[in-house]
Amino acid sequence: MADRRLLALAAAALLSALAFLLIGLKGNIAFVLELRLLKLAALMQVGVAIAISTVIFQTVTGNRILTPSVMGLDALYLFGQMLMVFLLGGVGYVSLDPQVKFAVEVMVLMVLASGLLLPMLKRRLDMGLMLLAGVVFGVLFRSLYSLLARLIDPNDFAVAQTASFANFNAVRTDLLAFAAVVTVLAAVLAWRARHVLDVVSLGPEAATGLGVNWAASVTGLLLLVSALVAVSTALVGPVAFFGLLVAALAERLVVTRRHARLLPAAALTGITVLVGGQTLFQHGFGSATALGVVIEFFGGLVFLLLLVLGSRS
Amino acid sequence: MIRIENVSFRHRTVPILSDITLTIDKGGVVALVGPNGAGKSTLLSLVARLQPLQMGNIQIDGLPVDATPGRQLARVVAILRQDTTVASRLTVRELVSFGRFPHGRGRLSAADHAIVDAALARFDLADLAGRFIETLSGGQRQRALVAMAFAQGTDYLLLDEPLNNLDMYYARELMRALRAAADENGKTVVIVLHDINQASAHADRIVAMKGGRILADGAPCDILTPDMLEVVFGLRAPVETIGGKPFVLHQL
Amino acid sequence: MTAALSTSSWRAKAAAGLGLAALFAVSLAVGVSPLPPGRVLSDPDALQLLLVSRLPRTLAAVLSGAGLAIAGLIMQTLSRNRFVEPATAGTAQSAELGILLVTLFFPAASLPVKTLLAAGAALAGTSVFLATAQRLPPAQPYLVPLFGIVYGGVIGAAATYAAWQADLLQFLSVWTNGDFSGVLRGRYELLWIAALMVAAAFLVADRLTIMALGREASIGLGIDYARMMQIGLVIVSVITALSVVVVGMIPFVGLAVPNIVSRLMGDNVRGTLGWVAAGGAGLVLACDIAGRLIRYPYEIPVGTVMGVAGGAIFLWLLFRRGGHG
Ligand SMILES: Nc1ncnc2c1ncn2[C@@H]1O[C@H](COP(=O)(O)OP(=O)(O)OP(=O)(O)O)[C@@H](O)[C@H]1O
Ligand SMILES: [Mg+2]
Repeated sequence: MADRRLLALAAAALLSALAFLLIGLKGNIAFVLELRLLKLAALMQVGVAIAISTVIFQTVTGNRILTPSVMGLDALYLFGQMLMVFLLGGVGYVSLDPQVKFAVEVMVLMVLASGLLLPMLKRRLDMGLMLLAGVVFGVLFRSLYSLLARLIDPNDFAVAQTASFANFNAVRTDLLAFAAVVTVLAAVLAWRARHVLDVVSLGPEAATGLGVNWAASVTGLLLLVSALVAVSTALVGPVAFFGLLVAALAERLVVTRRHARLLPAAALTGITVLVGGQTLFQHGFGSATALGVVIEFFGGLVFLLLLVLGSRS
Repeated sequence: MIRIENVSFRHRTVPILSDITLTIDKGGVVALVGPNGAGKSTLLSLVARLQPLQMGNIQIDGLPVDATPGRQLARVVAILRQDTTVASRLTVRELVSFGRFPHGRGRLSAADHAIVDAALARFDLADLAGRFIETLSGGQRQRALVAMAFAQGTDYLLLDEPLNNLDMYYARELMRALRAAADENGKTVVIVLHDINQASAHADRIVAMKGGRILADGAPCDILTPDMLEVVFGLRAPVETIGGKPFVLHQL
Repeated sequence: MTAALSTSSWRAKAAAGLGLAALFAVSLAVGVSPLPPGRVLSDPDALQLLLVSRLPRTLAAVLSGAGLAIAGLIMQTLSRNRFVEPATAGTAQSAELGILLVTLFFPAASLPVKTLLAAGAALAGTSVFLATAQRLPPAQPYLVPLFGIVYGGVIGAAATYAAWQADLLQFLSVWTNGDFSGVLRGRYELLWIAALMVAAAFLVADRLTIMALGREASIGLGIDYARMMQIGLVIVSVITALSVVVVGMIPFVGLAVPNIVSRLMGDNVRGTLGWVAAGGAGLVLACDIAGRLIRYPYEIPVGTVMGVAGGAIFLWLLFRRGGHG
């Protein structure tokens, strides 16, 4: 039953990919196709990265309404990026090879994120408190980001705006190769950790009782999450609620929290929603840049719904 | 006089109170007793217009509670709820002073200050007057809330389980203070009690409720009988008479 | 523990007054072209600069700071939750959406009319927030601001989408990010209405304190709860809409200031209201001055500075409370 649904999801993902590639294909076909293939690869990566990182993050924190970006991780990435420019001097840093730069940024995020989140997880804070803190961290990092941006270039009024919403239309294809390595590696690691994830979802006491080294596993998983967040944020920018939308959808579709099913389902849902949505927006709704905002809107509504319904039961 | 006529109340479809009719004369202490969920708090909150009436009439001194301006009613009746929580950082004196709000709309006259001081003294709060509520013990907080209701200076006082958290000493002190207010100042006190012996010792009249209805109504010696206790609370316990008042030995 | 600071201690009042006056003076003097006091008297251009730009800017900071802090205090009273303020309850975002829609459909409307409609939108948005917030379990106080923040985010996304479609993104960022650098004589006077709202809050101060005790305690003391709720909402919505329209939203003022005042002096609104207003004015002034100095002679918008300063204060409040709550 669940396997049939996974197959159906895979078919949906494939269909949306084909639609993305083929609809309205004209002019220099080889050229357009190559361009679209690159973009498709990027979108698929983003979908997979956000979906997997959200599922893992929810499992680790034991909460279905948390996502890495609700906790401010993508804002942290942008802040880390700006911090590097600020500390290392604009010109020198910017002239570095983008792949090298990206690798450095991924590592900076991993360090910052584990420095921020591990103490919170260790203190076993009330989940609401953690959520709220995360949201405020997000605002704080976004403000720090624009502050640093202004310090570096006082005339750059555009940064604050670009930092707030993802743009799926202007994908950074120059980072694609390296990002692909990170995404695939992380996906493989997540897949191999699927049984550990099942145990971790039972909570620290039960997991320790079952012989899982809680602290080590959680640290490792958070590093994995950080790397994936870095990939998606670097490619398209911050997305607050997309992961939530995808994880909630996937869980409803496969009706299980077992990661052997949930992880692939979430990844496929992520691809379908993102690639399918982008196709729709490119060919249906005129304004292709708006998908990010629309996803925010609906993702936010899902969040509110989960919050109000979840707290009543 | 409080007149409650044919009052029924339901939450969605669940009946909570069924056709309650009760008259409470001016002056005296009336104890409302009954098992958990009997509807005592609901009845009290309807009298104090904290919830809108659904069916029936309630009048206090001829003022219909659903049609009298809130401010006017606040000078006639004060209520202490069962589960009052004070999240604000207010000192004990500030909290008790707000009992005078219905009279001066916030401006405290010398007379108001005197009343607040008297309420603080009456409940042994003078030493705690400058403390924030959140720093008090449960019983001290309860006394501060009772003092606030007292400071409101109304003829009618509705108290929902005011003995919660109070130790033996302060529980007796509170009951004596209420008795004195009724005897000396002609106040009418309606008080929900779970300690049935306090009701026997200090109340003029006991009203027993169960399942949203009034099961018994009368003087303590008429209500506190083994048979009646079995009907209302579903437990059999010996009743002894000490100093002319019945006491239930329900701990045995 | 008794109050760490009495609200009526004249020494504290004198210190606060002096501090505020000093900030006011610094704000008048600091800018791209410095204005030492002596020059104002001798140089007519300097006087002109002072009257046309510096003074209005400083007054705008004082008015919006005091107003937003009071709005935060009222929001916290109405929702009985310490972590709520106009920016975390959808109020500011609703006002932004409102003024955006007015600008779209009635571009010719005058500024007061636009502000009025923005205030109406803020009122509607905040009412929905409060109605929903009351259904969240009171045992989990953090859910309310979380709900509010995401709720505001959803409205903000709708506004961004609309702005995107209409190519008004530039305008939207003016409303969402507080900045005093554009304040000139003739462009900020609407903010004086915020001062009126603050005065209105003084009139109902005692009722606000009682409202914070809850619905039933309020009714028991003869307060018309529903009406007070409306009055509070109107004050909050008008102040927020004014700030959004005239200078852009400034986050965290309404949150940080009332919380700090409450910690130091308690929650008797009649006593603390003046402190909250002064604290808000001082904090916004300080952040605006900092924004002018950090990258002199360039300016960093006050919204950005406050995002950093206020965010840090908020987290501090959060974890101090979380530590022993
Ligand atoms: N908000 C509500 N929704 C549904 N049912 C309610 C609600 N409030 C009270 N009830 C029900 O109404 C009935 C009467 O409640 P009430 O609080 O009046 O009882 P009580 O006699 O004061 O009990 P206790 O001695 O425990 O204080 C109970 O069965 C209770 O479950
Ligand atoms: Mg009760």
